Parts: sequence; structure tokens; C-alpha cells
Amino acid sequence: MDTRVPETGVQRPVRKILDAPALSRVIDRIAHQILEKTDGGTNTVLLGIPTRGTFLARRLASRIKAFSGLAIGTGVLDITLYRDDLRMRGARALEPTEMPDGGIDNKRVILIDDVLFSGRSVRAAFDALADLGRPRAVQLAVIVDRGHREFPIRADYVGKNLPTARAETVKVQLAEVDDVDGVILVPAESTPTPLDGESV
Amino acid sequence: MSWLIKNASILGGEQQDMLLRDGVITEMGKDLQDGEAEILEAAGLIALPGLVDLHTHLREPGREDAETVRSGSRAAALGGYTAICAMPNTNPIADTAGVVEQVLRLGQETGLVDVQPIGAVTIGQRGEHLAELGTMADSAAQVRIFSDDGHCVADPVLMRRALEYVRAFDGVVAQHAEEPRLTEGAQMNEGEVSSQLGLAGWPAVAEEAIIARDVLLAGHTQSRLHVCHVSTAGSVELIRWGKQKGWQVTAEVCPHHLLLTDEQAHSYDPVFKVNPPLRTAADVQALREGLADGTIDVVATDHAPHAAQDKECEWAQARPGMLGLETALSIVVQTMIETGLLDWAGVAERMSITPARIGGLNGPQRRGAAGGPIAGHGRPLALGEPANLTLIDPAARWTVEAASLASLSRNTPYQGFELPARVSATFLRGNATVLDGKVQL
Amino acid sequence: MNRHLLSAGDLSREDALKILDTAEQMATVGDREVKKLPTLRGRTVVNLFYEDSTRTRTSFEVAAKRLSADVINFSAKGSSVSKGESLKDTALTLHAMGADAVVIRHAASGAPHRLTQWLDAVVVNAGDGTHEHPTQALLDAFTMRQRLGRDLDGAKVAIVGDILHSRVARSNVQLLHTLGAHVTLVAPPTLLPRDMQTWPAQVSYDLDAALGDVDVCMMLRVQAERMTASYFPTVREYSRRYGLDGRRLALMPKEAIVMHPGPMVRGMEIAGEVADSSRATIVEQVRNGVSVRMAVLYLLLTQDSTGQGTA
Repeated sequence: MDTRVPETGVQRPVRKILDAPALSRVIDRIAHQILEKTDGGTNTVLLGIPTRGTFLARRLASRIKAFSGLAIGTGVLDITLYRDDLRMRGARALEPTEMPDGGIDNKRVILIDDVLFSGRSVRAAFDALADLGRPRAVQLAVIVDRGHREFPIRADYVGKNLPTARAETVKVQLAEVDDVDGVILVPAESTPTPLDGESV
Repeated sequence: MSWLIKNASILGGEQQDMLLRDGVITEMGKDLQDGEAEILEAAGLIALPGLVDLHTHLREPGREDAETVRSGSRAAALGGYTAICAMPNTNPIADTAGVVEQVLRLGQETGLVDVQPIGAVTIGQRGEHLAELGTMADSAAQVRIFSDDGHCVADPVLMRRALEYVRAFDGVVAQHAEEPRLTEGAQMNEGEVSSQLGLAGWPAVAEEAIIARDVLLAGHTQSRLHVCHVSTAGSVELIRWGKQKGWQVTAEVCPHHLLLTDEQAHSYDPVFKVNPPLRTAADVQALREGLADGTIDVVATDHAPHAAQDKECEWAQARPGMLGLETALSIVVQTMIETGLLDWAGVAERMSITPARIGGLNGPQRRGAAGGPIAGHGRPLALGEPANLTLIDPAARWTVEAASLASLSRNTPYQGFELPARVSATFLRGNATVLDGKVQL
Repeated sequence: MNRHLLSAGDLSREDALKILDTAEQMATVGDREVKKLPTLRGRTVVNLFYEDSTRTRTSFEVAAKRLSADVINFSAKGSSVSKGESLKDTALTLHAMGADAVVIRHAASGAPHRLTQWLDAVVVNAGDGTHEHPTQALLDAFTMRQRLGRDLDGAKVAIVGDILHSRVARSNVQLLHTLGAHVTLVAPPTLLPRDMQTWPAQVSYDLDAALGDVDVCMMLRVQAERMTASYFPTVREYSRRYGLDGRRLALMPKEAIVMHPGPMVRGMEIAGEVADSSRATIVEQVRNGVSVRMAVLYLLLTQDSTGQGTA
């Protein structure tokens, strides 16, 4: 795979953090951890935060089904309208918010996102959840925790802790939207636009 | 004071010197000398007889916040005019000898241009009863043009009577041709653009229907009809037909109708709202051709100053009208000379000689101290003639800045336009009213 | 997207679809227990209504409030406006108050355009004279999409009534064309604008003939005062030639729907039985108005001044 991205500034290599098999192992591990920490997934639903969280939640659900036979409920929680940075970043296309069958009241809700960075997405997700119902508990699963938190938020399930510089970009790639699976670290100069899957 | 104008191109032709003394052109020729006269080097400038506007709104009395006789006179002089005819739609309306004499006096006090008042046709311009036309004609203002401009003399009987009545003193009725029922609520030219913008249409037929009727009435009464601000191709055809019949029909076109179209309304900026409205490109072309072939006799400005609050508002609320005196010549150069439709002699004909004749301002005598009619305009630049003339720099280009116009109002539609030709100097009876593009007062 | 929404013609196909798609998400908020989003918290939306229109004003007010914006209703009656304050001075006042968006309804065509020259806020045209009413066209398109269950490419829409004076028709013709629908305008010649050759629509004087293959028949209100101005001879004759009654409803394909922007004049342009039939979408149109206006406010107020959103 091409590990360099086109850029206008200094050419610096994009670092591959996880390849496809490694990402797949990370997802498997998180699925196992969820089963362990939730009494085998009882009374638990997965809510993906678009765009990539949506697909990660589906993958996790399918792995949990493979490991335990349990059909865990999944849904989608679009947080765009709850972001506190809309005035800086501008309007984004909305994605449907879909609650799992049976809703989220009194359920253990696990939010699924690709990258944990400042924590602002997760904060917005809390606000959105509060308007949709009253879960018994909320947990958070991410593929990469890259540090630089701006809120007192931590993930319950982390695929990989990755120390980064603030100006760098971490991108989780999924075949459903990116045609390939993997995690890459993009140097600061090569990121002309914020990427959709990036946590800001 | 005497002026020796050196090397001016007379009507765009041969270069000559002119000596102006005691209000008269006393010498013409090459290499004139005069020890006492002030010398004005005019090489490269074109000399035309002072321009004459048959259609100016001065707003005094009544709306001195928009324009006064004095500020309008300054604008006129800067535009190359030595005589302007002031429309009567003031407050009070100039429908009596008292008001027209007041306007005359204000013009004389300013002294930059001759201001000839126009009298209203009907009392209060209400279209019901004839005003005292004869009394205005006999007054010190010696009114010869009568108009309800702003309103149409819509009643056919009233129009017939007015045309007949003014024959007694060689008057002319200047008609604002607008069938009032066909233009109720009208905001702009009726057509594709009005349909899109949702602005009520002012259809061409509302102008043409009145012109057709009035041309027939002029033929029937054998009286003089002057058609104000012709704006449509159909109107040009009707006037052409009336002239072919040999009837006494004259017509004017405004500079804005020679250049701008109803597409300007897309901005909804009422600076482009005017009555009659801006029309289509086809109308513009027909008007230019009509002016070139003499169907339309003259260019008149319809200079219509409006206070800021009457234009900085919704289109429908805005008053119609545009400034014109300071830009008229440049627009005519752009639309008629640069297109090859007219030469400078043709411009002199349409902006000075013919309007002076229609308005009765072209008598030979100089105005004496005791008054008498305004005269001496639109006459040839020749020995012994009154020294009313303007010098134009045809090579100049200038950008219109509303804020730097002499008018008290700012409603020029040409803000930011780069226009050709500039008036360099204007002389009224041998006195410089404008020198080097600046008013001498 | 443009910074303001003044004309439906300013919307590209992409813009229009984005608004409709966003509105679909906004619609789900109306079904929730907490019918409120924090999205526009701290932003001020002014409803500047120079004409009475409880329906449209309330729709914008609900939309803005569901997005947590502060809403100020600035109606012409009983305010400085009725004391002769000019539109410009009102605009300068709103500017000084820090309005982020001004929703304006005005009897003068082009008033919203003028407003943009005097203040910084985003301006949304909520109906200007006989010019346009773009959010009405958007909610109409939204309703058509929902009822027809598909995008509007190739959809056949008849718009019937006083086209000449209708801002709804002007906005709909442009938006429906942008979205790929085929529009036929049906009216007596007196109620059609002049020189419509450039309008992306067909024109017919015969309602019966136009109904045979429509997907949508949109009826426009005809004001009775048009009769006194001789646009048509009598209400009875108008209704007979251009009213939608049960007989004409039967001429339409079975799935075709009947729309009306309201307020309706029953017995004039639309028979009571038609207005109350399941084919009519009049109540849905009102409900959809809120969702579409939420989408418009959201998209306009979260893009930067160059008109760029990141979506």
C-alpha cells in the first residue's frame, strides 16, 4: 500500500500503526473484553458514533455473536447537532440516529468510536444520549487512544494507546468506507483538511 | 471679462480661436490675439453650443433636501448646460404665475444656467381642470412648455383642449405618456425580468397607447406635441409615423434609456427605479436608432434627485427617478458617438440646437437688464452669436462617484461606471460657469 | 451554499438535496420525548414579519426553538415599524442587537435582498411580495419526496391557480426544476406572468387535460379581490374551470397527491371533499415545514461567512 499521501508541504512519510490483520485482532480483543466486563453482554447495546464508529459497532456485534452466540443490539448515535464546535467547523451532513430495538432505557450503553482525542465527541455523545433516554450505565470503546484529552473522559476498552503530537492526525481505515483496513498516523504537514473519522 | 479660447475644435471639426466679449462671440479664426482677454488653451477640446435640457426636476420649492435651484444649476453647468427647463412637480406645483416666477427668480439669482420654468397643464397636476396656462405664458417666466410630468394628462378631452389652447401663445404640451389604469402599482418594465422578480409590470403598451392617441390628437388639432422620455421601440415607431404625416410631434429620450436595461432590477436596488422604467436591450437599440435618424429629436435628462431615504428602502416604496445632468453627455458619447451613430455635430443638434428650438429658447436677442424671454441658446458657434458654449475633453475617462456629484442627492445609477468624455468648461453669455471641470461660484 | 436563502433559484441541486436530507434527520426530533437540540444555543434568530402570517412565523419559531436558538419576534404591528421606521433603520437596530439570522416576511418583493445590504446576519426569505417563498418550496419538495417515496427526477407536478401573484409558484418552479421534476403551470391567461418563455415549465389553460398523468397537483389560493380587478369574471366560473373537485380528482392517477400551501379557500380553488381526502397533504406540509426550516437554519447558521460548510 502507498504509505505516502500527496501533499503540498514537506514530504514526510505516513506511518502505518496497524495493518489489516492487526486491526482485526484488536477488534476481536475488544469483543472479548466486552463479553467479560458485561456478564456476557447481557442487557448491553452498542452505539456507534458516525462515521466509522457505526461500522465498528457492527463488526464488534458480529464478533460477539461469533464468540458467544449473543445477538447484541446495535445502533447509531449521530452527535453532529450536539457538537460545541459547529461555529468553527461548519455544518456537516447529518447521519440518521438509530436506536437499537428495545431502546436504551436501563441498558448498559457502550459508545463505539474510532479515535479518542480531546474527548469532545464523547462529551457531545453524552448530551445526545440524555435527550434520547436514560441508560443504566455508559461505557466507551475506541480503537485508538491518542492522548491530549481536554475533558475528564477515559475509555473502558482501548485497542491501542498511541502517543502522538497534537498536530498529527490518526486515521482508522475501514474497508466499508476506506476500501482498506488499518490505522495510520499522518504527519502534521500532510493534513490539509480535517478527516471525518478523526476525533477533535 | 473677455475670454480668448485657443484652438478649440468647433463641433468636432476645424480648430479655431474664439474671442468672447460682452457675452458675444466677437471674433473667430486662427491665431487670434487679444491683450486683455483671459486665455484658455483648448487644443484637444471640442466646442459645442451650451447644452439645453428640456426636462429637469429641481425640487424647489418643497423638497430642498433633495435639490435646490442652486444645486441643480451647479450640476447643470458641470454637465455642459447653459439652459435647463424646470418641471413643475414641485410643492406647491408650478401651476400659477406666482410659482413659475419664483423658480425663474431663483434661477436668475444663481446665475449659472438659464432656468426656464415649465408650467403644469392642469391644476395641481390632478388631470381635472386646465391651469391658467395663458397667465403663466404672459408672466415674467414667459412659459411656453406645459407638462404634468410625473402624471399623464390621461383624459383625452383635457389633452385635446390643452393642445388647442396653447396654440394661442405658441406653446407646446410635453406629455408624460403613461396610461394610468395600465400601470396601477407598476414597479418596472413588464416582461421576463418583472415576471421573475415578482415586481408589478409597467407594460410598453401603456406608453404606446397614449402616444398613439396624442399623435392623432396633435394631427387633429394641428398643435405642437412633445413626447417626454420615450422608452420603447413601439413608441419610436408611432412617433416616426406621426412625423411622416407632417404633424408637429417632437420627442425626447433620456440617457439612461439609451444605456441601461431592466436587467438592472435584479439587484432590487431602487437606484434603478425610474418612470418610465428601464426597458429591454431591444428597446435600447431602437431608441438609439430613433435618436440617430431624427425620429427622436432630443436627449433630455429627466434629472430627478431624491433624498437618500427615498431610495434606501424597498423597491416598491422608493420614488422613481435618477440623477442625469452631470452624466448625460458622457452617456450620449458612449452610446451614440462611440457606436458611430452620431458625430459631434449630431450631438449638438440633439442636446442644444433642437431642444432650444422646441423650448423657444433660441431667440437671437440677449437678455436685457429688464428681463424678457430667455434666449440665445442652441445657436451656431459663429461671429456675433451669444457666447453660450461648452468645451468637452473627448479623450478623458472618469469614474462616477455619487458622493462627488454637485447634486444634493446621490441617486445616480452610474455609481462606479467608467464613462468617456468630460466637460472641461462652460460659458454662459461669455462668463465661465465651469473651468477645468469646476464650478466657478 | 449561499450565505442567505433569498431565492429557491440560488440553490444548487446539491444544496437542495442536502437541505432535504438534513430535514429528514430533523424530522426525527419531533418524534422524541425531548424535542430539542442544543445546536444553535446562544444564537439569536429574529422573526421580522411585516405581514401577518401566523403559520409561517410559528413554523420558523418552533424550528429555531427546537435548535435552542433565542427567538425574537419582531412584528410590524405595535413596533417602531408601525410608527414609520424604515426597513434600513430596523435592519441597523437588529444588527446592533447582534442578530445571527433574520427571517423576513415582507409585502415588497426584494425586501430580503435589501436587508442583506444593511446587516451582517444571515437572511432567510420567508415570503417577499409576489417574488419568492423558498422555504415553502423546500417543504413542498420534502412532502412530495416523502409521499412519492422517491427523489423527484421525472416527477410530474401541476401548479394551478394565481401564478402571476404567487411567490409559492415562483419558488416551486425553480426548485422543482433543480430537482429534476417536470412542472406544468395551469391558470387562465390573465393570471400567468408575461414573457415566461425562460421559465422551466410548461403552461396550460386546461386543467382537465393537465391532470391525466400528474404525480402531484398543487393548488394555489386565489384571492377574491382578483375578481374585482377582472382577472376572471366570477368565483363560480373560476371554480368551474380551475377548481379541484371530486370529478377532477378522479381524473388524476390513483397515487397522485394534492397539495396546497394554505390558507385554502374551500369551494373556490379546492372542494372540501378533496381537501379532506387522504390524497391531500395539507397537514403534512405544515408539519414538514418545521423540519425543513430547522434544516435551513442549521445549515445557514453553521457555515462560515464564505458559505462554506464542511459537510
